[in-house]
Amino acid sequence: MKKIWLILKKDLLLEFRTKESFVSMLTFCLLVIVVFNFSFEAGRAGLEKIAGGILWVSFIFAGTLGLTRSFNAENENGCLQGLRISPVEAGQIYFGKLLSNCFFMLLVEFLIFPVFVIFFNLSVSLSNLPLLFLTAFLGTIGFSAVGTLLSAVSSNTKLQEVMLPILLFPVVVPVVIGSVEATNLLLTETKDFTDVYEWLKILASFDGIFVSVCYLIFDFALGE
Amino acid sequence: MFQNSIKVSKLSKQFGRNYALKEINLELKSGELLAILGRNGAGKTTFLKILSTLLKQTEGEILFNGVLLSDFPQTEIKRKIGLISHNLFLYSGLSALENLTFFAKLYDLENPTVKINEVLEKVGLIHRKNELVRNYSRGMQQRLGIARAFLHNPEILLLDEPYTGLDQNGTEILNNLLKMFNSQEKITILVTHNIEQGLTLSDKVTIFENGKVAFIEQSKNLNLEEMRKVYKEFVS
Repeated sequence: MKKIWLILKKDLLLEFRTKESFVSMLTFCLLVIVVFNFSFEAGRAGLEKIAGGILWVSFIFAGTLGLTRSFNAENENGCLQGLRISPVEAGQIYFGKLLSNCFFMLLVEFLIFPVFVIFFNLSVSLSNLPLLFLTAFLGTIGFSAVGTLLSAVSSNTKLQEVMLPILLFPVVVPVVIGSVEATNLLLTETKDFTDVYEWLKILASFDGIFVSVCYLIFDFALGE
Repeated sequence: MFQNSIKVSKLSKQFGRNYALKEINLELKSGELLAILGRNGAGKTTFLKILSTLLKQTEGEILFNGVLLSDFPQTEIKRKIGLISHNLFLYSGLSALENLTFFAKLYDLENPTVKINEVLEKVGLIHRKNELVRNYSRGMQQRLGIARAFLHNPEILLLDEPYTGLDQNGTEILNNLLKMFNSQEKITILVTHNIEQGLTLSDKVTIFENGKVAFIEQSKNLNLEEMRKVYKEFVS
């Protein structure tokens, strides 16, 4: 745990110092929301059925932007090699990077959600907020779990910006569907959470699978 | 004092169909410094990468103190190795102190502050330890990279062109550190293109050519002129 925390702390310090990744993620996410706001009139009937989709498209685009930059600092001066020759297991590097990616994506989601609600004139029940946060949390973990692995794989390729989304999006489809469906249900002021719980169970299952598999193959991904 | 040894037997490394290294045999004992010379692409860096656990060999074995390198727990063997390469392994957005503190904690060093100040003093960066690495000159970054490699007091030191970017002062600092390191009965492997430097510093000198050991000799048996002739003969 200590080494995971060290890697996370180092990433947070680097990012808080430069703010490069976070600011671009936040701006990009906001721009996507604005574009959708122009495309779909606020308060329009049936908007709540696509609101979850709009929200997650913006989160995922912003998250991809963050993931693309996630290993930039590690590749500069060969720092990833520096980590690999240090007495740190590949799994610890993976969890350190995963936590840092999740942290920044969740921070962006936390700041963007109120803006989204205002822009689209949605009325979100306060009682649904804890489950909305849980959905965001589970969706972000699933997305970042695969994204962290693929970011490491694609970081040494010339076409990283293109490679990462091409590799990432097909794999995270189940997580995106689960997150969008659960968010849609929670934005409709539903009192019956049965379906929400079902989607959350699916999300949690995929998170478990993705995190375990990515953790196990991360060493291989970092290899030659 | 504990005697260290490295024995490399029939070590080969293939990338696709190409052999980067083919049947390398070498033996090193405590206090020995081996200089590896050779043209670009001769396999010198690949050899160091395998020794530093960054790459795995295709065939052959490496014994450290009589035990297969692969039989050591990975974290344990990594504590014994220090590497200085073209890449400095430094985060440019962190200060020298923050970089070394990060690595000191990764290596679970006791009294990290004392050790960090010690190595920073040795490389002459103690007064600039709070500056961001990105503001350092290339030579200063190289010196900090050297400090990082010596920080955990490794048993084996691998140096890949360590003099790149170093000024006269930096070169002297590194030479002094290497002398001190060797006097502690540790093993050093130095990859260099500088024949004179390689011959002066080493106990053994070898030339890699096409992934093979083309020549190996005790440095004391050679003078610079002879070494240059041998180098021309093999690397032509």
